Amino acid sequence: MLRFLVRRLLQAIPTLLILSILIFAWLRSLPGGPAGALLGDKATPEKIADLNKLLGLDDPIFIQYFKFLGRAITGDFGNSLVSAQPVMSEIGNFLPATLELGFCAMLIAVGLGIPFGYLSARFRGGAIDNIIIVLSLVGVAVPVFFLGYMMQDALAAPLGLPSQGRQMAGLDATTVTGFAVFDGIITQEWDAAWDAITHLILPAFALATIPLAVIVRITRASVLDVLNEDFIRTANSKGLTQPIVRRRHVLRNGLLPVVTVIGLQTGALLGGAVLTERVFNFRGLGFLLAEGIERRDYPRLQALLLFGALVYVLVNTLVDISYGLIDPRVRVR
Amino acid sequence: MVFGAAGNPKTFDPLFNDDGETFRIIRQMMDTLIMNKPGTADLEPGLAEKWEGSNEGKTWTFSLKKGVKFHDGTPFNAEAVCFNFNRMFNMKGAAAQSQMIYYGDVFEGFAKNEGDASGAPVFKDCQVKDESTAVLNLNKAKGAFPAAFTLPSFSIQSPDALKKYNADQVTQSGDSFSYPEYALKHPTGTGPFKFESWDQAKGEITLSKATDSPTQTAKLDKLVFKVIPDENARKQALKAGDIQGYDYPSPADYGLLRNDGEQVLIRPSFNILYLGINQKNNPKLKDPNVRKALAYGLNRAQFVKSKLPEGAETATQFVPKAIDGYNENVTKYDYDLQKAKDLLKAAGAEGMTLKFYYPTEVTRPYMPNPADIFTSLSEDMKAMGIKVEPIAKPWNGGYKDDVQKAGKHDVHLLGWTGDYNDAGNFVGTFFGREKPEFGFNNPELFSAISAADAAPAGEAHTKAYQEVNQKIMEYLPAIPISYGPPAIVVGPKVKGLVASPLTDERFYTVTVN
Repeated sequence: MLRFLVRRLLQAIPTLLILSILIFAWLRSLPGGPAGALLGDKATPEKIADLNKLLGLDDPIFIQYFKFLGRAITGDFGNSLVSAQPVMSEIGNFLPATLELGFCAMLIAVGLGIPFGYLSARFRGGAIDNIIIVLSLVGVAVPVFFLGYMMQDALAAPLGLPSQGRQMAGLDATTVTGFAVFDGIITQEWDAAWDAITHLILPAFALATIPLAVIVRITRASVLDVLNEDFIRTANSKGLTQPIVRRRHVLRNGLLPVVTVIGLQTGALLGGAVLTERVFNFRGLGFLLAEGIERRDYPRLQALLLFGALVYVLVNTLVDISYGLIDPRVRVR
Repeated sequence: MVFGAAGNPKTFDPLFNDDGETFRIIRQMMDTLIMNKPGTADLEPGLAEKWEGSNEGKTWTFSLKKGVKFHDGTPFNAEAVCFNFNRMFNMKGAAAQSQMIYYGDVFEGFAKNEGDASGAPVFKDCQVKDESTAVLNLNKAKGAFPAAFTLPSFSIQSPDALKKYNADQVTQSGDSFSYPEYALKHPTGTGPFKFESWDQAKGEITLSKATDSPTQTAKLDKLVFKVIPDENARKQALKAGDIQGYDYPSPADYGLLRNDGEQVLIRPSFNILYLGINQKNNPKLKDPNVRKALAYGLNRAQFVKSKLPEGAETATQFVPKAIDGYNENVTKYDYDLQKAKDLLKAAGAEGMTLKFYYPTEVTRPYMPNPADIFTSLSEDMKAMGIKVEPIAKPWNGGYKDDVQKAGKHDVHLLGWTGDYNDAGNFVGTFFGREKPEFGFNNPELFSAISAADAAPAGEAHTKAYQEVNQKIMEYLPAIPISYGPPAIVVGPKVKGLVASPLTDERFYTVTVN
């Protein structure tokens, strides 16, 4: 297991290096740049050119890249051009919000997705199956930001939920870890914990729609596959009760592809979070990314995109490890 | 009171900033020598009770307010004024100089220009006549004075705090900047509010009432600015009571907001949207009759009525009405499609093709929806028989480079929001010299503008610019389209906020019941 982990981590290094080159080259090749955004409307083309020269944005791209790499290796990703804060500490400050939101979204997606997918397969062809399939298609088809706007306008007031933000204005909650719900609980500020939960509900549902739809479909397909297997027929003819058959044989065997999808969807959450966090004014990494793109904030974008890639690599490693837990045949030696 | 801001402030030292969101916060904490009368672009006393120009506009004598203290308890006096101006003039380092946009615009050169900063310094020196009298000497007179002294970048900050917290330490490393403690944590002015904290995670900047001899006494105890970039989220927050006001509501929402009981305050216009014309690429555009044809053929009045929000007006010239130098009697080009077609035919420009550049991913007070504006104007052009080749580019993704630096366009959309009451801030910026944006060389016009800029402040200045505006509307290097009034919205319980054409709203008169 340890060898496996070490090997995986070592594999991550060239992956991130290649990604850093691609991200860097792509950002710098886009027309425009941070100077115009930094200096605002009043900047003349001459002032913008001056600033580009100062920031080294006139140098050949590979020179810019090696300068960036040299600093990055020492952990220095520079300051954001938008907020003047060190980019790494920005990520540290805004990460808990996105983790909290992502966790809730996946909780919804998995907690509802697997049962719905299973029900869909179990009652295949029936009314339940058809309803679930249609809803999952809608979930995938509706753009997240549109769904967000609709939820704000149509659902927030009737359900008594806040329509934006992470925390009620004027609430003086104590921050310990940055995870609002957790902090509220450990400091016993129950109103703060509840406030955090109410602010999470709408954005988490908006963010969960796509993973939920995908998990439902994959679970359904996977369970259908397994239900047709010989060993299920054997188990049934052995006289095992249905709950045991379902739990021990159907679900455990059906879960492998689902786990893969859960892993992939988690990695992709950062992308969905960009729009969701922007629409709901939920200040997390997606929010930072949206702002950074708007203002062409190279230092922030470089760090955030690489961070996103790192998260993806880590999540996929975890998925691989979890295979072994589910299927002993795949257990890593 | 909690106010919803549309963007993040960068730092709190006004010298290194030039964006409205940062200035909004700074204006509550700091004062300038001269201020704007609330709701107007007219001048009134600020930290200076009286000011006088002499020596043909090269010397400005300020009689200062007495008994005012900075938020750190140190006294405001003539020494502090001279310290601030000397600081600007003597600023070292290319990193620092490159971000002093307004200093560069008004005072041009530094004691020692670094990096690519250029220009001879306008500032000569500052003398402390006595504790309450400061005298600024300039190397040359400019029309920008005295109005430019209202710019937030020239706020008078506490010399003690500037020194203690290393305010000049702006450095550049790699592709980012580092700012000193002063700019991030200790901005110190004389204003009715003082700085408390900036919570980056929550996006909240908190100010509290200044109690020790500020220039004005605030009615509110606490003023919080909450950063909410998404306009719809701002609207939601106002509805939910999380904020009591926000800036730049979408014009489509004015009706909805008013129905909810909110107060939508329309600001008097202080900006201009124009259709720029580049004479370099298409030779037909060099012919003034072709440009006039374009002006006659654009139904600007209809466009303003149907596409722009409440309070917008057709622009007759390149300065808004509130500017000294606005001329009621310039040549006007009222919509006349037949005349437009006739002029084009006479010039042999019938059916010409024009590359029409417009920006995306941006809204501006003068240009709420660029794509809509493009559509309207290009329809008018097609009615004249002109073929339109549309080219859309993102605002931060090459639009400004293409139109202002490379001059790739034939016509384009752009505008300008004024910073202070000086016609030169508008027409001097646009047509003061040859620029790739407009692609023409008209020495007579350039020298007329220079002469107007040098004219002594007051009547002579106003008259000189009225003549310049008439000259411009005759030569027609571009076509002024509209004056757009952005709005600010506050909840029903908010009283005492006066909407300013210069986005210079002061919150010390505000109460929330």
